[in-house]
Order: sequence, then structure tokens, then C-alpha cells
Amino acid sequence: MSSILRGEAGTRHLLMGNEAIARGALEAGVCVAAGYPGTPSSEIIETLAGVSAQQNVYVEWSVNEKVAMEVAAAGSFAGLRSMCVMKQNGVNVGSDFLLHLAITGTRGGMVLVACDDPGALSSANEGESRHFARMLEIPLLEPADFQEAKDMIKWAFELSEEIKNVVMVRSVTRLSHASGNVIFGKLPEIEKKAFFHHEGSIMDPLQGPMSSLPVVHKHDQQQEKLKQAVARYEESAFNAYSGPRSPELLLVTGSACYLYSKEAVSLLGVEDRVGLLKLGTTWPLPPKLLEKYLGLTDKILVVEEVIPFLEENIKISAAEFAARVGPKTFFGKREGYIPQVGEMNSDRVVSALSKILSLEYEAVPESYSQRALELSNSGAPGRDLTFCAGCPHRASFWTIHNTLQMDGRQGFVCGDIGCYSLAMLPTGFNTLKTLHAMGSGIGLASGFGKLAQFGMQQPVVAVVGDSTFFHAALPALINAIHHQSDITLVVLDNSGTAMTGFQSHPGLAVDATGNQAPAIDVVKVCQAMGATVRVSDPFEPEKTQQTLFELFEIQGLKVLVLKQMCALSPEKKAKKMFEVSVDETVCIGQACGCNQLCTRIFKCPGLNWDKEKQVSKIDEFICVGCGMCASICPSGAIRKKEVA
Amino acid sequence: MNRMNLPFDPYNVIITGVGGQGNVMASRIVGNMLSRKGLSVTIGETFGASQRGGSVMSHLRISTGSSWSPQIPNGKCHLIISLEPTEAMRVLATYGNPNVKVLCNTRPIHAIGVISGDQQYPDLDEITAWVAELSEAFWFLDATEKAMELGNPILGNIMMIGAAAGIGVLPLDRKDFEAALAENLSADKLELNLKAYDLGVGMVQ
Repeated sequence: MSSILRGEAGTRHLLMGNEAIARGALEAGVCVAAGYPGTPSSEIIETLAGVSAQQNVYVEWSVNEKVAMEVAAAGSFAGLRSMCVMKQNGVNVGSDFLLHLAITGTRGGMVLVACDDPGALSSANEGESRHFARMLEIPLLEPADFQEAKDMIKWAFELSEEIKNVVMVRSVTRLSHASGNVIFGKLPEIEKKAFFHHEGSIMDPLQGPMSSLPVVHKHDQQQEKLKQAVARYEESAFNAYSGPRSPELLLVTGSACYLYSKEAVSLLGVEDRVGLLKLGTTWPLPPKLLEKYLGLTDKILVVEEVIPFLEENIKISAAEFAARVGPKTFFGKREGYIPQVGEMNSDRVVSALSKILSLEYEAVPESYSQRALELSNSGAPGRDLTFCAGCPHRASFWTIHNTLQMDGRQGFVCGDIGCYSLAMLPTGFNTLKTLHAMGSGIGLASGFGKLAQFGMQQPVVAVVGDSTFFHAALPALINAIHHQSDITLVVLDNSGTAMTGFQSHPGLAVDATGNQAPAIDVVKVCQAMGATVRVSDPFEPEKTQQTLFELFEIQGLKVLVLKQMCALSPEKKAKKMFEVSVDETVCIGQACGCNQLCTRIFKCPGLNWDKEKQVSKIDEFICVGCGMCASICPSGAIRKKEVA
Repeated sequence: MNRMNLPFDPYNVIITGVGGQGNVMASRIVGNMLSRKGLSVTIGETFGASQRGGSVMSHLRISTGSSWSPQIPNGKCHLIISLEPTEAMRVLATYGNPNVKVLCNTRPIHAIGVISGDQQYPDLDEITAWVAELSEAFWFLDATEKAMELGNPILGNIMMIGAAAGIGVLPLDRKDFEAALAENLSADKLELNLKAYDLGVGMVQ
């Protein structure tokens, strides 16, 4: 990862989109970078953390996205270039502060990087961050390739400093997590000095206190800043047209959709019929530029992912220019040519273009594609998502699920965001019955736990991971305790933000850059708030189950911390806890009555069913030696031996 | 930088496997090797939840021109490098065409549905026949088995890269492989990787 520092200006490198963004920030002389891990954004902060010492950048994994924005804004207020980074729903979390920041304005250049996930490739939503730019009236930029990802970040800092307001740059999964060639620019040698001027008048944006007051006056200034940004947009090289002088159809696009659109035009060979307008400055749209290109033709196709953000704004512009550019026919989401859900790809653009231009397109002979599909459907068994071999979550949900079944009152579990969200699926025994935003499991449980007065008798359990606990569960937990909600919170503490790649969080004794940091103890926090707290090891299912039953008997808020490190953590991977084996003389297969509990129900990928011998067996490559299966085998055929 | 002649421009490669097999690393090595040749390389991939036991793919677009989209259009793959047999079938269904070439590691990874007995994993002979039917050329290699003889199954991926070089459709050079790895590996590890690479080249010749 530190390779983003290797290489002189002008040299060409293969970088992930997120690395290109990090490099762009370094070339802009970023001093403060804060974020909260979330796919597809995490590698930006990780990359910067890896070079923070060499480049003198302050980098942190903040407790949540709102705090990340506040930490970055502090840097800006003190005159430094600052950046905050998050995934799409992180912008929702930070939006309250962002609303106030956008009116207040900034000093040192401040860039908000939001990485959206159209198609929800790694999210529980395909929410849009772009509309925050329109709603909160800040400039929005969208890079279309890897070089732009780097160059646009640098320009965003310059623009922010010029207009004295935060600038939003929006990436998407297919750019952030894709890789491409990038030519490096120079790393600056600048003096980085922080000082917060506050002695001036409240009306003085550079020397006075930083606040949105007086609101109407500052709001007016904010809109003037937007106009300044638009003036720069009109001249920006990030907007580009390619195609004939008088195209039959104008295709307007941006972001990764530009690459799909370009490819679709090439697949259909319609370069002489379709003009491609790529917009990099997508809010507010530059009117002069748009008027020029809308004037080229009467037919407009807008290609973008999820909501018709660009499309609606272009339509508004077209209405404004109607007297000069004439009426337009639009082909977009509202007209049904481009889907409103899921991610874009070249084939989707090909399909829209074919319909509009009345073209036939066949990627491969139909006989081939039908046969390939038929063979794949019958010959490639589907791969349901599963917890990894030795994952403590499988063990935790095994026990939680069984305990609720034995309790018999149709209790249920409110889920939260992390790897453990997979417990909605068979790999977690379908234990989770609700799944929403970060921290929402405990919030929902807090509400469910107050419904006894309406006759609800079902036990209510919420689960939360250690990182999510700090991010957004604390206010909900306080709410539940204060209102004496009768619920059990299970903290699935696996010592890291595992799903996004082991980023640090406040519960760990280390920070983003690897320095020692005071760890905040989940158990003590819960105890201090007045909860009844127990701790157990999920790999001890009997003890864990007994503890859960005990907690169910106690009124009020109970917390069970299930502590066991993630199976993929470097410490865990270094050494097996147990050598696990199956005693084939003891495993009696179908005759056992357990109905293949280990492979059919528990389903750890480290186990396999030997069809010939009719016994369970361990896959040596996949088994990580957690020993959990030995604890659940009713005949004691699965043996575990501690590794010395 | 010298320009290469590619059989197709862009030349489209899919490296596929199961989460945790080292797909991303393999695509980065191949991408770096070709980028060193002065070619423009775009790699599209998915991480995150899809890693947890799911099918994973990296799309490599190799061109003498500029960046291509990070997703290969349907039916437009030229070479499939599959780290797991049934994953080759899955990729063929969407991206295959009568002229595609397939390099396939023979070691199966059983999906959870297979472990539980809900689904059947096909015999390797069957898969081989299907791949033969759907491709122009194919190679099935016992890369994982050979890698275990070298002491680490993950080296199977390196053998597959060596095999991709061995079939000669792309300007993949041992020197570039060495240089791409030397940035991140110690000397003894590099030697083992070079050995795996050479074994891979040998497997298709």
C-alpha cells in the first residue's frame, strides 16, 4: 500500500481508485484525514494511515462519520487542508453537522469523499449521497476514471479553498475498488501550520468565530460561493464532449457510467451517431456548458446509477433553456430506458441505445448463451454467503438461536451492521429478524422491550459488533437503560472492525496509524450505565447458553459480551487453537440420530461429509481449529486436542 | 514504453474463484506485470461481504489505449483463469463465447449447500467436458496439489499465472513477474514464487 509514495512525478502506476484518491489528497498537501470504515471507502484512510508518518498527516478512524466530519472541519478551521471519508450512508450520519458546516463555510480546503455502492455489492442499501450536495448546497464532483480520481481530489481542495466551503467528491464501488493506470503529480513541500483565528467579528469568515449565525446572511454567502463554483465548472476540463458535431442522440453521463457508456457506443459502433457528454462537475450543473451541448440535438439519453439525479437536474436546465434550445425528448429513468435500481454496466447502456436507435445487438450466438446458462445452472452449485471457518459469530448465533428455541416464547433477535448481518441467512441459522442502520438493532430492541403493556411476552435480544457498539449503539443503549426496557444486548466482540478489514476502533489499544491508544472497555461502559453485564466465550456454548438463560430471568437491561477474536485476524491466523479430528469409529453417521448436525445444520466450511464412509470429516486446509464442532457433536466423535 | 500487439484490444481476462482464494492478489500481479509493459490495465473487482464464501471475480481489461470499464460486457471474455472448477462454469454462462480460452485449477471448494448435502458437486470429468464444449481451448491444472508439494496451497495461484504466461496470448514476462513481486516479497519467498511460476509455465507446455 505504501507504494503510493514510490515514484516521481510523471511516472505511471497501477492504482486502486481509493489509492488514487489518497494520492490526490497527498499531492494536495492534506494535513488531516478522518473517516469511519465502510465498503467501498475504507482503503482511502488505510492508505493515508500507512504514510501518515512520512508525510506528516494526522489520520484517524473516528468513532463515526459525524465525528469524522467534525475532526476534519477542525483542521480546516485551523487553516489546514482536511478530508473526511465515508461510504454512502455515512453521509446520512454526518449530515446534521454537514448542514451547519455548509452554511458556516471553511478555511483550509476541506473535501468530503463519499463512496456510494450502487447495486449494494457490500451494503444493506444502495442509498445515494449525491442529493446531499443539492440539499445542503455544496459543490459536487464525480470522477469518471482513475486518473480523474486523483486529479479531481486535488482540484477539489483548490476549489474549496477558493470558495471557502466544503466540496463533495463522490466515488462509486466500481471506481473505488477497481484499479487503473494513474500518472503521478508532485508531492508538495509545504509548511503545515495550524492556528484557529477566532478574535474577529462573527461576520468575519476568516478571523471570527465559526458558526452558521446569523443564518440568513451566511446562507446568502453560501449561495454566492456556489455561484463561484459554477463559474469554475464552466471552464473545467472534467467536463468533456466527444462525438460528431450534430449527433442524432446526446448521451449525458458521469462517474463510472462514463466508461460503460463509452464502451456501449463502441460495442454498437455508433460513434458517428451518438455524442457523449461526460460531466465531472455534477452539482450545480454549469448552465452555459449544458446549453451549448443540449443545443446539438433534440434527443437526450442520461446514463447514471440508481436515482435520476443528473437526469432531473438536466431536465430542469432544459426547461430553463427551452426558448433557446427548443423542446427535447428525454430517454432516461423516468421514460424506462435506464433502470432505477441496481448498478450500471455496458450491457444496460447497449440495451438503452439499441432501443432508441432501433439496433439489433447479440453479444454471442443465442445457442451458445442458452447452453452455457443451462450447464452452469445444473453444474455450478450456488455459493450462499457463509461465515468463515472458525468464525466466532457462527458459534454465537448457534447458541443464541438454540437458547431462544428452548425458551419457547418465540423470542427474536434485532440485527445490526457487520459480518454478523449474515445471521439473517442460514449460515447464522436465520437468527436475525430485523436489520437496518448502524446501531438500529439496539434502538429497535429498546422499543420492542417497552411493548409488554400491550401484551408482548416475547424475549427481545439485540446483537451488536464491537465497532458498531461505539459508532451508534451507545445512545440507543442509554435510551433502553433509562426507559427500563426489558431486553438482552449481546455484544459480539471480535476485537476489530472485521468486515471492512480490521480497522481499529475505540475499544482497541491501538489507533489507525498503529500507535498505542487508550482502549474503552465495553464491559465497564455498560456497567457504569447500570446494565447487568456478563462475559462469555462463544466457543463455550454450554456456558454461554446457561448465561443467556440466567439473563432472560432478570428484569431490565442485560448485556452479554461474547468475546472471541475474528478467525481472519492476523493473531488468530498465526496459530490453531486445536487440532480437530473425527474418530471414524465413533461417528455413526446416519445411525446417530443427530441427522448430520455438524455438516447439515452447523455447516462450518471446515467440515465435510464423506459420502463413501458415511462419516463426518475435517478439511485440513479450511479448518482453523476453533474446536466448536467438537462441542456440538452429540456422540463425541469430533475430537479436539489443544495445540501446544 | 514499447507497445504490444494484443490479439484483441481490449483483451479481456476474468480471474475467478471463491472468496479467500487470493483472487485479488492474483489480479493485481497480472495487472502489474502488464502495466509494466506500458499497457493500459483496468481491473474491476468486488470485495466485502462477497468474500465470505461467495464467488468472486476480477475483470482485467488490457489495452494499448486508455482505461476501459471495470466490467467486461456479457459474452466478451477472451481468457478465463479459474482458481476453482465450478466457478469457470459460472463465468462461462455470462461472459463466455465460442472463442474463449479457459485455464482451470482442478481443486474444488465445496459450497455450503454441498457440505450440507442440499446440492451435488459435479465430477471433474463432467466439468471438463462442459468447459470443452463451451471454449476454444482449455487447460485443467492440478495447481493446488502441486503447490502443496511446495508447501503452500496459495502458490497454486502463482502457477496459474505462470500457466497464463505459458499459453502465450498475453505479453506476460517472467522478468515483470519478478519485478512485480520484488516490491513486496523477501528474497527467499520470491524464489519460491518464481519456482511456482516456472512450474505453471511448464504445465501448459
